[in-house]
Amino acid sequence: MNAEVRSIRTAAETALSEIFASAFAGLPGDSAVAERRRTAFDAFKAAGLPSRRVEDWKYTDLRALMRDAKPIAGAPDGVMIAAARGALAPYAAIDATRVTFVNGRFVEELSDLATAEGVSVTLLKDALVNGAGVEALSDGVSPAGNVAVALNAAFVADGVVVSVAPGVTASRPIHVANVQAGSEHAAYGRVVARVGEGGNVLLIESHIGDAGAHQTNSVIMLDVADGARAELVKIQDESLDTLHLATLAVRLGAKAELKTFALAAGARAARQQIYVSFTGDGSTAEIRGAGFAGASRHLDTTLVVDHDAVGCSSREHFKTALDGEARSVFQGKIVVKPGAQKTDGKMMAQALLLSEGAEADAKPELEIFADDVVCGHGATVGALDDELLFYLKSRGIPQKEAEALMVQAFVGEVIETIEHEGLREVVTDRALAWLTART
Amino acid sequence: MLSIKNLHASIEDKPILRGLDLEVKPGEVHAIMGPNGSGKSTLSYVLAGKDDYEVTEGSATLDGQDLFALAADERAAAGLFLAFQYPLEIPGVATMTFLKAAVNAQRRARGEGDLPTPQFMKLVREKADGLGISTDMLKRGLNVGFSGGEKKRNEILQMALLEPKLCVLDETDSGLDIDALKVVSEGVNALRAQNRAFVVITHYQRLLDHITPDVVHVMAKGRIVRTGGPELAHELEARGYADYVGEAAA
Repeated sequence: MNAEVRSIRTAAETALSEIFASAFAGLPGDSAVAERRRTAFDAFKAAGLPSRRVEDWKYTDLRALMRDAKPIAGAPDGVMIAAARGALAPYAAIDATRVTFVNGRFVEELSDLATAEGVSVTLLKDALVNGAGVEALSDGVSPAGNVAVALNAAFVADGVVVSVAPGVTASRPIHVANVQAGSEHAAYGRVVARVGEGGNVLLIESHIGDAGAHQTNSVIMLDVADGARAELVKIQDESLDTLHLATLAVRLGAKAELKTFALAAGARAARQQIYVSFTGDGSTAEIRGAGFAGASRHLDTTLVVDHDAVGCSSREHFKTALDGEARSVFQGKIVVKPGAQKTDGKMMAQALLLSEGAEADAKPELEIFADDVVCGHGATVGALDDELLFYLKSRGIPQKEAEALMVQAFVGEVIETIEHEGLREVVTDRALAWLTART
Repeated sequence: MLSIKNLHASIEDKPILRGLDLEVKPGEVHAIMGPNGSGKSTLSYVLAGKDDYEVTEGSATLDGQDLFALAADERAAAGLFLAFQYPLEIPGVATMTFLKAAVNAQRRARGEGDLPTPQFMKLVREKADGLGISTDMLKRGLNVGFSGGEKKRNEILQMALLEPKLCVLDETDSGLDIDALKVVSEGVNALRAQNRAFVVITHYQRLLDHITPDVVHVMAKGRIVRTGGPELAHELEARGYADYVGEAAA
């Protein structure tokens, strides 16, 4: 209990309570779901928005970053839908089962729900009323009481439920596109995906916004059964005034394979939480990401990889390029539970500072309770090498272009691990656009 | 073409060049020889525009254009090329990407448009074949995993593509075996032209067996202390630099 902290409510906390009270009756779900929402919101109310005094939020003071609570978005109008269609253009060449949400609302005309046999893609709002809702709102992997996750469970009205049957390889990727259009609102989304034994799927989640001071909150729950494989590529390209909170919670069975990449290209402040739990023996996870930020933007990656099985390996690699007064935070922890022998974990966080005012905070941690493991972590923060820049300039390449080439090379190492060529191009083009805008 | 007058330059307040004069005319090849620490490499970096060096006095012009008024990339676009003694490795920047960025940056600086990719590829293939540079090398990160000889050949390839007016070769022979030296020298000789000049910096005479200079200078303690014809190189090879180290110090 912390009576002192709870005695004063911030404007954002008060507004969230009011919004919840008025929205509650209209949120989809049966009585069990309603109860789940209420419990989640009560958990949030008890804790409040975390300030830097809460260890997990020490470098990302959500109380300071979230001064107010935006109203829940209404249904998008024709103009917004047209804008969203334009915003999705970079993805047009990617053949995918596509589920598009504009301001958190499903938009059928921008979606293509066709799937091959053995793959099912349905809307979360239907699951919330047919008895599967409580399960869809409880990931069981992210830390109890996490504010971003609790708020999502309380408010989320729609999302996507993906199911890949055992032994089935989804022939097309499944793309969940979230577009924000309008001036300012809050939007919540959730993807609940299960890949059955021996199944295989590529999930794409994108967040796009070109203007507006929004607050977005997304949760992806991914359950990868024994012998199954899932690749997840997330592209966060929110408007530069948006506060973006996102959580990826993955449970891996035995001999399962996870490969994930997260691009953080937008948002005023973004926190990407990734929680991966190894629950079966002999599984692997590759968890990577890249980020770009200028001005006074803030990018947080918070990662916990929990090895609770024998012989699993995990690779974590995050790269961030920072300009202006931007700040990046990397909190990564590899936990090796008692008995999780033969664990092989390697984590690396690298930040490139392109200006005097940029700052990178890295907090890598290992928590090991088994004795036969190989684990390591590293973190680097540095500027571009002047010698290399001179070599490029001596060939006639101007300073900014030389810097751009080197930043591309820096992030290229992780971007190149994206297997889907079209998707890799979308990410590469976004990186180039950021670099071009700097010059 | 290149005119250096009374050049003084220092690094971290330590004077390295102390009143250097050099005149190079179009079509000429000048060799600059000298003992270690005489300032040969500093001269090449000062001309190319490396930030670490401060020019405290004197001037350098390329076809009348004040080099010191230009940034490093502008000097390159004005026609200056430095072949590095130790070409740098840049992982993640493919050699081909780098070559294209350099060629197009210089074209843009001259007000020309980018070279269309097919034309650029054809040009690179032509020049690379003559230097024994494989397609595989062009795809690799710049100089990454290249042998010493491959790195130097890659420098000559850049020179051939960028078609500079003035080429400064900084100890291009260092680290090369005799076969690599031949390939590199042939590459340089192929670029000799009426309207192009070379400044070849070297510690040893052997490079000058392959690239015949018109003028040989001896550099010591930051200045040119003697100038002669190709025979001077042979004299230095036979007698060493001991005389000059003493002379300049006096």
